[in-house]
Amino acid sequence: MKNIKKNKHKMPEQPPKQRIKNFNEVPLGYDKKTAIAEAKRCLQCKNKPCIKGCPVEIDIPGFIKQIAQGNFGKAAEIIKNKNNIPAISGRVCPYENQCEGRCTLKKIGEPVAIGRLERFIADYEHKKGKKTPKKAAPTGKKIAVVGSGPAGLTCAGDLAKMGHQVTIFEALHAPGGVLMYGIPEFRLPKKIVETEVEYIKKLGVEIKYDIIVGQTITVEELQQQYDAVFIGTGAGLPRWLNIPGENLDGVYSANEFLTRVNMMKAYKFPEYDTPIKIGETVATFGAGNVAMDCARTALRLGAKKSYIIYRRTEKEMPARQEEIQHALEEGIIFKLLMTPKRFIGDEKGRLKQVECIKMKLGEPDSSGRRKPIPIPNSEEKINIDTAIIAIGQNPNPLIPKTMKKLKTGEKGNIITDENGKTSIPGLYAGGDIATGAATVILAMGAGKKAAKAIDKYVKTKK
Amino acid sequence: MYQIVEKKTISENTKMMKIKAPLIAKKAKPGQFIILRIDEKGERIPLTIADQDKKKGTITIIFLEIGRTTKKLGSLNTGDTIKNVAGPLGIPSDIKKYGNVICIGGGVGIAPLYPIIKALKEKNNYIISILGAKNKKLLILEKEIKKISDELHITTDDGSKGHHGFVSDILQQILNKKQKKIDLVMAIGPVIMMKVISNITKKHGIKTLVSLNPIMIDGTGMCGGCRVIINGKTKFACVDGPEFDGHQVDYDNLILRNQRFIQQEKEACKHHNITTTT
Ligand SMILES: Cc1cc2nc3c(=O)[nH]c(=O)nc-3n(C[C@H](O)[C@H](O)[C@H](O)COP(=O)(O)OP(=O)(O)OC[C@H]3O[C@@H](n4cnc5c(N)ncnc54)[C@H](O)[C@@H]3O)c2cc1C
Ligand SMILES: Cc1cc2nc3c(=O)[nH]c(=O)nc-3n(C[C@H](O)[C@H](O)[C@H](O)COP(=O)(O)OP(=O)(O)OC[C@H]3O[C@@H](n4cnc5c(N)ncnc54)[C@H](O)[C@@H]3O)c2cc1C
Ligand code: SF4
Ligand code: SF4
Ligand code: FES
Repeated sequence: MKNIKKNKHKMPEQPPKQRIKNFNEVPLGYDKKTAIAEAKRCLQCKNKPCIKGCPVEIDIPGFIKQIAQGNFGKAAEIIKNKNNIPAISGRVCPYENQCEGRCTLKKIGEPVAIGRLERFIADYEHKKGKKTPKKAAPTGKKIAVVGSGPAGLTCAGDLAKMGHQVTIFEALHAPGGVLMYGIPEFRLPKKIVETEVEYIKKLGVEIKYDIIVGQTITVEELQQQYDAVFIGTGAGLPRWLNIPGENLDGVYSANEFLTRVNMMKAYKFPEYDTPIKIGETVATFGAGNVAMDCARTALRLGAKKSYIIYRRTEKEMPARQEEIQHALEEGIIFKLLMTPKRFIGDEKGRLKQVECIKMKLGEPDSSGRRKPIPIPNSEEKINIDTAIIAIGQNPNPLIPKTMKKLKTGEKGNIITDENGKTSIPGLYAGGDIATGAATVILAMGAGKKAAKAIDKYVKTKK
Repeated sequence: MYQIVEKKTISENTKMMKIKAPLIAKKAKPGQFIILRIDEKGERIPLTIADQDKKKGTITIIFLEIGRTTKKLGSLNTGDTIKNVAGPLGIPSDIKKYGNVICIGGGVGIAPLYPIIKALKEKNNYIISILGAKNKKLLILEKEIKKISDELHITTDDGSKGHHGFVSDILQQILNKKQKKIDLVMAIGPVIMMKVISNITKKHGIKTLVSLNPIMIDGTGMCGGCRVIINGKTKFACVDGPEFDGHQVDYDNLILRNQRFIQQEKEACKHHNITTTT
């Protein structure tokens, strides 16, 4: 291979000491010069292995080539062909395991920074003001989309482009699903989510808030009023540790903690009315993206110490590499090979301590990861004021519960074929509600596939 | 935006509002509630749907002004709008013919009790209502409930009206007399009231339903903030409730969890120059 820089071009970031005092975005994005230089690292491989790693199959070498030549508008067009919300995926996609994970350059060093380039193009477009794309002629078909997370937004956007009249029904008062209530401002500025939602609205999609489908209106009623229905209600049901003391004052689910801070803006309390309370020492249980978000948010709310407590080692952590790195830089303390046994409160029922037991790794389990085994008599008590349980979410049961005929899996996920078709004709589903908690880009991919299938269904009834 | 079409002060610190929300009015059943957010900076608070008018597309809420949000709400007037109203939430009350039912309401808990009594009466239950308040001025819906009850008892903490004492005293008397077989006790009010009543009815082996009021945010089962312990198991009041078997509730945990933000609530009131009554 010719003389190529082995490493990605660095992206400037807010320094750790400064950023733990604010909620502003941490990585600051490439400038034009760096973006072009990074794009020039791409080998334009004939077999395009990177594309196979992208769940929505963006023509990666294609858009990178345009960047290298300074044609940012062209690059944006190529991305937009497959991905409606690149400003979001370019920030939160686990690209290290996806597109970048397959990049040929990994053989000699770091892959092309595909995620950072995607983000650069999306931000460039945002600054210029986005053009509304061409829409197909109206088809006269009406489609209802339930939930405005990445799955619902993508499905709605694509269907609108195909000329259908789309209405989104959202339970909360804000759009975006996890993008709005879960992922913190410092990782995904809410302004970006709002801009992406504006874009979907410009396509003619109407969003109705405060509508809990299954309660305010049923899916059957939607099916009577619309030609097809897509369900993208996500995996909002928090999982618990099921250990004593989990209902003490001071123990939050990750969802409650993040919703208070992100969607309700508790970090601006008392200007905003929703409160949050964290104390000096916070422990987050789990080691996925959600856990990193909670631990880092706690620091920004003023916690003196913020722990991540996880029963395996850093190698097994499901969080994105970049998030773990950011957390370490900010001073999050990782207590590994440790699992909580019970929470201990004071006489008033306020959380004071957590008792943990040490673990060692045994044989690999069904997921291929080495199974943690408790070490007898290794209990240890840690003083904490706040505990955040971030060990995962299950699919939202509200809709499946109200629809007896709808086929669901063991974890309450809606069962669909590869195009999002459920067991009920005209009813489609996708994203976390179908797969269980997964990723933004997979949810978008599912929304896209379902849009195609719905288009076909409303035109041919097949 | 949801418009307030009528507003009334029904007792000291207690306001009634009718809000235009046709979709909710169409679906609401006794025992269900809404979550509202007054404006962009507001918090989401749950309030019971006390009544609804399907034709006019309005729902009625009755609320006690105790903190930042309920006071802000109480300061709004007819014609003003509320940014978000979502519902109906929760599982409706199980309305059927039980036989003889004692309905107990304490304080503003009388408001959510009212539609349940109405529905139970329509199913031909014999209704004994016991309403309690701190004092005469805070007693709400007396006239309305009298009309639909077979027997009505009033208690006040200060003796300014009816029996001087607690609703539980009257319940105890009725049960001691053993004149009627009681098939169900329905109690809504302060947590401590529901706890005391459940303790009494447990001894007599009478089925008891209570409506719990934990702190909520989304109301869709997503945050787990509203969790309560029922029979040793964690349940979410917004989707699994708000009504539960009174004999299985861990009331002490609920009292504790409802005080989670007391310090912050005071701070909010101070920040906005609101005087607190609690
Ligand atoms: C804190 C956190 C951090 C994450 N970080 C990352 C990351 O870095 N990278 C990544 O790729 N993924 C990440 N994920 C996962 C990712 O966010 C999800 O996989 C993705 O959002 C799923 O999209 P969705 O559209 O299926 O559902 P959601 O985003 O969950 O949206 C569902 C929407 O449906 C609404 N809804 C639910 N029920 C109803 C109903 N009955 N009626 C009407 N509306 C309803 C909800 O209010 C919500 O708005 C993270 C998740 C969390 C919680
Ligand atoms: C299902 C349900 C139905 C209810 N119905 C009624 C009703 O019909 N009329 C009525 O007057 N009240 C009702 N409540 C209680 C009402 O929600 C609270 O009084 C209100 O949220 C107080 O808000 P605040 O900001 O004015 O007071 P704050 O000063 O914030 O709080 C005062 C008290 O209210 C509780 N509280 C605060 N925030 C919330 C919240 N988001 N959710 C629940 N409780 C909270 C706290 O435990 C606190 O002790 C109901 C509660 C629930 C859960
Ligand atoms: S969408 Fe995600 S996987 Fe696809 S190219 Fe962009 S960053 Fe890579
Ligand atoms: S694999 Fe890497 S180097 Fe090859 S085309 Fe894709 S991004 Fe470029
Ligand atoms: S209010 Fe969030 S789960 Fe019940």
